[in-house]
Amino acid sequence: MREVAVIGTGLTDFGEVWGKSLRTLWAEAALAALADAGVDELDLITVGCMSPGLFIGQEHLASLVADELGMAGVGAARVESACASGGLALRAGFAEVAAGLADVVLVTGVEKMTDVDGATATYSLGTAADQEWEGFHGITFPGLYAMLARAHMEAHGTTREQLAAVAVKNHANGLLNPHAQYHLRVTMEDVLRSTMVAEPLRLLDCSPITDGAAALVIASVERARELVGDRPLVKITGSGLATDAISLANRGSLTELAAVRLAGERAYRMSGRTPSDIHVAEVHDCFTIAEIMATEALGFFDEGSGGSAVEKGLTALGGRIPVNPSGGLKSKGHPVGATGVAQIAEIVAQLRGEAGQRQVEGARIGLAQNMGGSGGTSVVHILEVA
Amino acid sequence: MTFPARAWREFPQRYRLEASRCTDCSKVLYPPRVVCPGCGGRSFETVELPRKGKIVTFTVVHVPPSGFAEQVPLPIALVELDNGARIMVQVGDVAEPGELRTGMPVRLEFRRISSDGEAGIICYGHKAVPDRS
Repeated sequence: MREVAVIGTGLTDFGEVWGKSLRTLWAEAALAALADAGVDELDLITVGCMSPGLFIGQEHLASLVADELGMAGVGAARVESACASGGLALRAGFAEVAAGLADVVLVTGVEKMTDVDGATATYSLGTAADQEWEGFHGITFPGLYAMLARAHMEAHGTTREQLAAVAVKNHANGLLNPHAQYHLRVTMEDVLRSTMVAEPLRLLDCSPITDGAAALVIASVERARELVGDRPLVKITGSGLATDAISLANRGSLTELAAVRLAGERAYRMSGRTPSDIHVAEVHDCFTIAEIMATEALGFFDEGSGGSAVEKGLTALGGRIPVNPSGGLKSKGHPVGATGVAQIAEIVAQLRGEAGQRQVEGARIGLAQNMGGSGGTSVVHILEVA
Repeated sequence: MTFPARAWREFPQRYRLEASRCTDCSKVLYPPRVVCPGCGGRSFETVELPRKGKIVTFTVVHVPPSGFAEQVPLPIALVELDNGARIMVQVGDVAEPGELRTGMPVRLEFRRISSDGEAGIICYGHKAVPDRS
């Protein structure tokens, strides 16, 4: 297997971008990544996108966007695993380069979510749950995470305030990220008083509806060394992918995200690293409870202690293991297909020492965890600066 | 939207709560499957789910998906039935959602679940109701 490096990143601003279509957002991020990498020829394009069919009525997306970039002819493929589509797009590109099928790949993620009304968006996201046997009864995505939150609270004593502490921390980090959807300081009281969405989760426990795109250029380390010049070389040293039952009725446990644990174990094994080696992490905080459960499943904290960890500041900037310095899905925004790619862009910025005010001092090893549905899929990547 | 073929296909599970029991390891699967996730078995017999169980976890949905707006606040629970099978269902006959508790005994009753507008299919199935017997 060949070594693979990330040599360019590109992001659009995240938000309700009514003036731009999916293809325009995508092309902006792609051009930014190509410029950052200094390449204009590609062997392949991968596109992570959850549901262009439901959100904008468009399938066959990979060819559409390749053409938009003036690159019709280049091989392109869309991959989908709900909100883990972006992480999966990276894994697909990583596998191609590692296997020697491609030298330079443009890895992208995109979602355009505001061309439909809120109820349609809720429905579209809900299709990541088991539609025939869960969705049929009216359960929503926040509803499924609310059930996991209640189970975690009752089993481990996780408190309502600890959930809110995740939102407070991530919004504080998002203030330092120019691409973030919300530049908004949020207090514990704001979270606890926000509109109820699905008990016990409130509006400020939830990531928003977002338009946005993210892109990376990845290459074999040989090719990367020719291209990066004086900049630090960021290698992808671990990649793990795992699944769990989508339906909560078929889960072995409601208090552990088994797919996250398995994907993490696989990425740690490939990289030869352990949880205590990680200096900075981006995790999939689509809901506040998700960050707490992910940090436990990744081995940063024991099961049941993720809530007290965030309350004690262990995951804040300057803490033992800073989590979501970008602001996370919560504050940066969650254009679902773009999220897994945007997480990698943040880790690359951290490892290059280019993260500005939110820089984690001395970060050399980073981890990104992307998740589909209520934990039915997870993708974990470990990156290291050479 | 629920299309007629899909609604029709699911009648046995929705209306009669038909499940399948693995003839190798006796695990009860709802809905029925092709492969038993417990033992890999591929041979099943049809059984009906018991109607009684208890709430494993629950939520009350305040922001509903399309088609459920009139039912808000909408309590939904994951229920473990007396034979160990788990099923996600709405909870009906609850005056105040605040009275729901983990571990609360419930029984399943045949109810209307949703309808696709004025001309669409009316979807029936089972809801949990508090079992005070």
